[in-house]
Amino acid sequence: MPGKTVPGNNLISVPILSRRALLAAPGALAFSPARATPKLKIAFIYTGPVADGGYTYQHDLARQAIQHHFGGAVETHFVENVGEGQECERVLRQLAGDGADMVFSTSFSFMNAVTRVAKLYPEVKFEQATGYKTAPNVAEYNLRFYEGRAVCGTLAGLLSKTGIAGYVAAYPIPEVVMGINAFTLAARAQNPHFRVRVVWISSWIDPGREADAANSLIDQGADILTDHMDSAAVMQTAQARGVQAFGQSADRSAVGPTAQLTAIIDNWAPYCIARVQSVLDGSWRPGSVWLGMKQGGVELAPYGPAVTPPARAAADRIKTGIIDGSVHPFAGPIIDQSGRLRVAAGQTMTDDDILKMDFFVQGA
Amino acid sequence: MNVSVLVPALATATTSATPLLLAAMGETVTERAGVLNLGIEGMMLVGAVCAFAIDSASGSQILGIAAGAFGGAALSVVFALLTLTLAANQVASGLAVAIFGAGLSSLLGAGFVGRSVVPLAHLHIFLLSDIPVLGPLLLRQDLLVYASVAITAGTWWVLGRTRTGMVLRAVGENDQSAYALGYNVIRIRYLAVLFGGAMSGLAGAYLSLAATPMWMEGLTAGRGWIALVLVVFGAWRPWRVLIGAYLFGGISVLQLYLQGAGLVAIPSQILAMIPYLATIIVLTAISAGGARRLAAPACLGKPFRATT
Repeated sequence: MPGKTVPGNNLISVPILSRRALLAAPGALAFSPARATPKLKIAFIYTGPVADGGYTYQHDLARQAIQHHFGGAVETHFVENVGEGQECERVLRQLAGDGADMVFSTSFSFMNAVTRVAKLYPEVKFEQATGYKTAPNVAEYNLRFYEGRAVCGTLAGLLSKTGIAGYVAAYPIPEVVMGINAFTLAARAQNPHFRVRVVWISSWIDPGREADAANSLIDQGADILTDHMDSAAVMQTAQARGVQAFGQSADRSAVGPTAQLTAIIDNWAPYCIARVQSVLDGSWRPGSVWLGMKQGGVELAPYGPAVTPPARAAADRIKTGIIDGSVHPFAGPIIDQSGRLRVAAGQTMTDDDILKMDFFVQGA
Repeated sequence: MNVSVLVPALATATTSATPLLLAAMGETVTERAGVLNLGIEGMMLVGAVCAFAIDSASGSQILGIAAGAFGGAALSVVFALLTLTLAANQVASGLAVAIFGAGLSSLLGAGFVGRSVVPLAHLHIFLLSDIPVLGPLLLRQDLLVYASVAITAGTWWVLGRTRTGMVLRAVGENDQSAYALGYNVIRIRYLAVLFGGAMSGLAGAYLSLAATPMWMEGLTAGRGWIALVLVVFGAWRPWRVLIGAYLFGGISVLQLYLQGAGLVAIPSQILAMIPYLATIIVLTAISAGGARRLAAPACLGKPFRATT
C-alpha cells in the first residue's frame, strides 16, 4: 500500500544492506570507483522489509528488473526498513553523498525528506512513488490500483451466490476509499442488488484481526472477500472456510490455491526501466504520472479455478475496456450512500476528484 | 445483525481472547513474584516464529507448540539474567527485550514469510459437538483454547491454595522477609520469569499456528502490550484476568461484526480504547484506597539484593 508506515519498522532491519549497517559503517554503501564507462548508480529505499511478500517486495522486483534489463550498465542497491523523517533524510544524504545518480523513494512517508535532500543534491535524480510534490530533480509516480478493483468487482458481481462481498480495509483514506468504490460500482453493474460490507481494521497489518474480520464477514453472508491490507490473512481465512477472495499487491495463489479468483499485482518495473533509460539517454525530466493497466503498471494474476467462462469473459471485457479507454471505473451516474448524485450520467470523474474521494457509493 | 450470527461471533471471540489470556497469565505469575517483565511482545514474537519454524520443518504441531514455549522462555532468560542476576532496571530491560525480540523474530523468520502450515485442529466429539449453541462454543475449539483455561485454573489453584504459591507471593510481597526465612528469592523469581516467558511463547504459537497459520514480521501487532494491561485490569487475580481477556477479545470481535452488519453505534477508535480506559479506572479505584486488597505486589519492579 502506498504511503504507509509498517508498524515496528524502526525496530528491525535485516539482511543485505540494512539501515543500521549503513549508519554504523559510513562508506558501507560506497559505490565501486569509477571505471572506463562509469555505471549508473541507482538506489531504492523501502519503508518495509523486502520479505513482506507484498508492497515492498513488488518494488524490489522493479529494482531487480532494472538490474536485469541494463546488466553491467547500472549498479542497484537498496535500503529496507527505513523510518520516516530524520532517519530517511540521513539515509538519503548518505546515498547521494556516496555518489548515487538516481534514487527511487518508494513510500509516501518519505516525500518531505526527499524534497529537502533533493535541493542539496541537484545532480541526483529522485523518483518519488505515491507522493504529490515534484521539483526540478524530483519526479512523482503512482499506480491506478482502482482499475484492478473494477475487474475484481465485476467477477464478484457475477460469481457471488449471496450477493454480498466482504471488504477488509485498513484506514478510510482516499486511496482505500477509491478501491472500495471502484469494486462496488463494478459489482453492482453486474448485480444491482449487490452489497459490499466493509470492516475497518485501523492498522496496515494485523493478521489476527484481519482473520477475525474475514470470519465475521463470512458469518454474515459474504461469500467473496477482498482486502486492502498487507498480510495474506484474508486469503488464508477464505481458503480455510471455502469461500473466494482476491489477492492484494501480489499473487496470493500459494496461500489460496482454490480461493483466489485473481489478484491485483503492482508492477512498477516498466516505469522504473523507462526512467533509468531516460537518465542514460540524458532525456530525464521531472513529471508526475499515474499509471494503470494500459501501461502495464497494474496487472491481474491468472484467474483461479472458481472463475466461470462467462465471468472470465466479462472480466476480460472490463479489462480490455479500461486499457482501450472505453470503460472508466468512475463513469457516471455515481450515487453516494446518502442518495446524492455525485457524478452525472455520461461524465467521468477527473483524476483530481478521484484522488480526493471522500464518499462511499451506494451498496458499500 | 441477527441472533444466528452470535454463536460464530462468540467462537471468533475465543480466538481473539486466547493469546491475550495465555500471555497475561504468564505475566500474572511473574508479577506476583515481584518481577515486572515488559518484554511480553518480544517473547510472543520469538515464540510465534519458533513455533512456526519447527511446525513447518517437522510437520508436528505438538513440537511446534513446544518450540513456541521454549523460544519465549529462552528470551526470558536474557531478561532474568539482566534483572535478577545483575539487578538491572526491570522497566528498561523489559523494553529492551520487547525490541530485541521483535528484531530477532524477523531475522529468524525471514525465510518463512509467505508460507503457511496446517492450522491447529479443532476438537470434534461425535454428536456432542453438534449440539446447537453449546457445541460450537464449548466443544469445537482447538487444543490451546482448552489449555489456556486449564492453565488459568491451575494458576489460581497453585497461587492461592498451595505452599509453592504462598512462597511465590511472599517473594513478591516482601522479598527481604522471604529471604530471611531461607527462601532463595532469586531462584524463585527465575522460575516465575521463565514461566511467564514460556506462556508468552505459547501465546505467540497460538497466533502463528492457530489464529493465522503463517509468519510475518510484527505478527502479534501489539497484543503483548494489551496482555500487560490485562494483568493490571485483573488485579493480579487469574480468574479476573481471564474475564478481562474474554471481555477485550469479545469487544474487539463484536466491533468487527457490528461493522460488517453496517451498525456502527460507537466509533471503532473508542472501542479500541476500552481496555486501557478500564485499566485506568481500576488503577484509580485501587489507589483511591477503596480496594487495597487489589493492590499490586509490594515488591513489583524492585531489584532484589540480599542484605547480609
